[in-house]
Amino acid sequence: MTYVRQNDFGTPAVSAEETVTLTIDGRDVTVPQGTTVMRAAAEIGTAIPKLCATDNLKQFGSCRLCLVEIDGARGTPASCTTPVASGMVVHTETPRLQKLRRGVMELYISDHPLDCLTCSANNDCELQDQAAAVGLRDVRYGYEGENHLGLETDTSNPYFDFDPSKCIACSRCVRACDEVQGTFALTMDGRGFASKISAGLASDDFLGSECVSCGACVQACPTATLQEKAVKEIGLPDRSVVTTCAYCGVGCTFRAEMRGEQLVRMVPWKDGKANRGHSCVKGRFAWGYAQHADRILKPMIRASIADPWREVEWDEAFAYAASELKRIAAKYGRGALGGITSSRCTNEETFLVQKLVRAGFGNNNVDTCARVCHSPTGYGLKTTFGTSAGTQDFDSVEQSDVMLVIGANPTDGHPVFASRMKRRLRQGAKLIVIDPRRTDLVRSPHIEAQHHLPLKPGTNVAVLTAMAHVIVTEGLANEAFIRERCDWDEYQDWATFVSEAKHSPETLAAVTGVDPTELRAAARLYATGGNAAIYYGLGVTEHSQGSSTVMAIANLAMVTGNIGRPGVGVNPLRGQNNVQGACDMGSFPHELSGYRHISDGAARKLFEDDWGVTLDPEPGLRIPNMLDAAVDGTFKALYIQGEDILQSDPDTKHVAAGLAAMECVIVHDLFLNETANYAHIFLPGSTFLEKDGTFTNAERRIQPVRKVMSPLNGLADWEVTQRVAQAMDLDWHYTHPSEIMDEIARLTPSFTGVSFERLDAEGSLQWPVNEAAPDGTPVMHIGGFVRGRGKFVVTDYVPTDERTGPRFPLLLTTGRILSHYNVGAQTRRTANVAWHPEDLLEIHPTDAENRGLKDGDWVKLASRSGETTLRALVTDRVAPGVVYTTFHHPMTQANVVTTDYSDWATNCPEYKVTAVQVAASNGPTDWQEDYSRLSERARRIEGVAAE
Amino acid sequence: MSPAEKLVYMANQIARNLETAGRDHAARQTAEHIIAFWDPRMKQMILNHLDAGGTGLSEIAHAAIAEVRANVDA
Repeated sequence: MTYVRQNDFGTPAVSAEETVTLTIDGRDVTVPQGTTVMRAAAEIGTAIPKLCATDNLKQFGSCRLCLVEIDGARGTPASCTTPVASGMVVHTETPRLQKLRRGVMELYISDHPLDCLTCSANNDCELQDQAAAVGLRDVRYGYEGENHLGLETDTSNPYFDFDPSKCIACSRCVRACDEVQGTFALTMDGRGFASKISAGLASDDFLGSECVSCGACVQACPTATLQEKAVKEIGLPDRSVVTTCAYCGVGCTFRAEMRGEQLVRMVPWKDGKANRGHSCVKGRFAWGYAQHADRILKPMIRASIADPWREVEWDEAFAYAASELKRIAAKYGRGALGGITSSRCTNEETFLVQKLVRAGFGNNNVDTCARVCHSPTGYGLKTTFGTSAGTQDFDSVEQSDVMLVIGANPTDGHPVFASRMKRRLRQGAKLIVIDPRRTDLVRSPHIEAQHHLPLKPGTNVAVLTAMAHVIVTEGLANEAFIRERCDWDEYQDWATFVSEAKHSPETLAAVTGVDPTELRAAARLYATGGNAAIYYGLGVTEHSQGSSTVMAIANLAMVTGNIGRPGVGVNPLRGQNNVQGACDMGSFPHELSGYRHISDGAARKLFEDDWGVTLDPEPGLRIPNMLDAAVDGTFKALYIQGEDILQSDPDTKHVAAGLAAMECVIVHDLFLNETANYAHIFLPGSTFLEKDGTFTNAERRIQPVRKVMSPLNGLADWEVTQRVAQAMDLDWHYTHPSEIMDEIARLTPSFTGVSFERLDAEGSLQWPVNEAAPDGTPVMHIGGFVRGRGKFVVTDYVPTDERTGPRFPLLLTTGRILSHYNVGAQTRRTANVAWHPEDLLEIHPTDAENRGLKDGDWVKLASRSGETTLRALVTDRVAPGVVYTTFHHPMTQANVVTTDYSDWATNCPEYKVTAVQVAASNGPTDWQEDYSRLSERARRIEGVAAE
Repeated sequence: MSPAEKLVYMANQIARNLETAGRDHAARQTAEHIIAFWDPRMKQMILNHLDAGGTGLSEIAHAAIAEVRANVDA
């Protein structure tokens, strides 16, 4: 594919049922009513000159270049701000217009450097294009007068430069920051000749400002004023490949813009249905890890973790892995083996790992990292609605009147979708936030939550039950919906339960800490405010009642009839890029792909016939059970693809003990991660840029991942798993991931209509895609629930056993920030560390003062599980009694502190509630020092000098 | 916690979260949950613990494990 700039229609598309027919340069065109003349012209291939207009921003009408003549109209109106009218006759190229446009362009060029040949945007500059388009041949004003040509370039941002000397003051960057991203970090400072773009205060540079580096301004800039550093260093791309981001569960589509085999930049694809042309700092810029020097490109083995690694050829690595796995199976039984699939890998790769375990290892000891994030979503939504997935597409938010965001911080965790939420909120939708922290959504530019319920960590179920109490006892239940769509008897049982006085907001306030008046108002708003949608994250699932909370959320949606149409629904915001897909692909130990229980004989037979094996009908071990069994001596070998359980899973010491007790740990990853310190075989992984496949995002959207460069290690991950399987005597002969998807479609009822061919043709598909829904399913449960009738489940509040007390009086909750992703293995190897070089402990000023702590002090964070040290960030974003940190940095090892308490139904760890104490510290803990030494020793490679 | 103690804790936790359904129903649901989600060695360990007296199991969990036993024997 050669490089082609994305088409720009100048102004946004309009969706209107009525159409208008007009004539432009003698050609008839019919467009939706409300469309601009500029866009109507672009629809028939007529590019009216423009500078301040671009089709993802509202029309602005400042550059005066897009003038047209309209029969019967006075003057020369701007086509970007003039709506079409029936019978309108438009002329886009007349001598009068040409003269006017040249005059306008002359003024622009008179204050613009004429360094086109050496400019980084040469051949990719709209100013240059438009100068050519209007036939500019001369600038009469000269360059001697006052100008902006000597202004200094701001190079503070690690990914792009701001060169104000090239700015034409079109405001596209400011408008992109406002309208698309919603951060409002940029402004047009001054007036007239003094106008200049400013990032925050005049004293701010880009890095120090509120700019979140989403790249929207860079994308919007028509010149080289805002330019990617990579383009300056490498040059313009010469081809592009559309692919899917490998960061969060939003699943943004990008054009990977290449120069040869070198990635120049990732540019959000305007046709991407998840992101609609927007991006965040991670997907847009933080891809440098793919070429980082820490990548391990050769397989390595060692007999003991006390030994240094020895680099070997692939054949030796596969033979050694197979011999170890067979030896252990023979000695301890087949139940001693297992595998972990990755939510960072493709559907096809994930499917192969679970197939290797079930068909090759002969058991169901396969699990996935969703165990530690959204396994309660799978359990809760399958129980209540009948399917383990969110109900809506992202577009649905545009029809929401009320958003209830609980246990989620989309601004940091799902930034591109957060921008869409914020846009809808600025349009007037109402917002309820249930979160112990005052997250960004609670109050940000032009947005303020109507209700913030700052509950005590661990009391989600109590808060939701209290909301249900208000809805039922105040007669706000949607009885018609419930009678038509849900099990009425179960509803009555549930309604009786929630109506009990002990579930009133006033009574439960003692438990939840939430003002009952505010809670009642929030419940009324959710029930009566129009289309109400619930969005939730790991603050819901990572609790000892994670599954109960998901079911309590489903109850709320059903009791108010907020399910089964656009604008409403229950929407889990998935943490990693392919959490949904990994779950869909049968990664859980009790389920085959498509969420069919392993004890289902008919489902099992399908696979047995296809694979030519007999499958074990008993569920296998979950990740925490694997570690328990390892410590107990019955689980001995683990193949881990694309996961770093030592850093990401709770109670690090227990994870380390489990790994250390195994005889064969195979880590298949990009880097020597923390888990690899305990590994015996390292199989180099490939990045999303180096392989073909699919990811499925939080809206069940299956999207293509396309190889844009060859795997640096020589093999894509699916090939590595296949070679392990072949070494284990399995007769696998896939030649391309499309064949794996064909097998998935053959065996999975919700995927029967999915193929690479269709994905290439249609861009993406939302499952179910089958005979009943041949074009996919953007919104689920329309007209009826997948399980038949919606099931109300009584969710009794059961306090966690993790309690504060004199030794550990504070509650720790953990999470993520914008610039880093999960354990940080990727983002720590990018310039994103400029924003977050270390994990910090957020602590309320009162708690800090009581302990004599100041902002920036080193503190010891201790729980009954362990202790670590990190620096304090004193902030009232957290409530008194609550502290917060992230887990992005291995030397902090925040999970040394978290406990082994977990969700009652799924064993999803209780990351969000740990009783801790915080005190001043003057050095690292013993654990940190010991771990540092172990890590250094475990990473030695024979013949490779340590840095 | 020993492995058996951990399984007792898990069984009790499941039972506690289901107990609003009433003793018999909660015991049946707890048993169904364990049958559906626990690996055979975990089931065997909790059955062994039941056979050894079931120390630490709540009333509902105890009844549930007995139902698991009946299911295994059936």
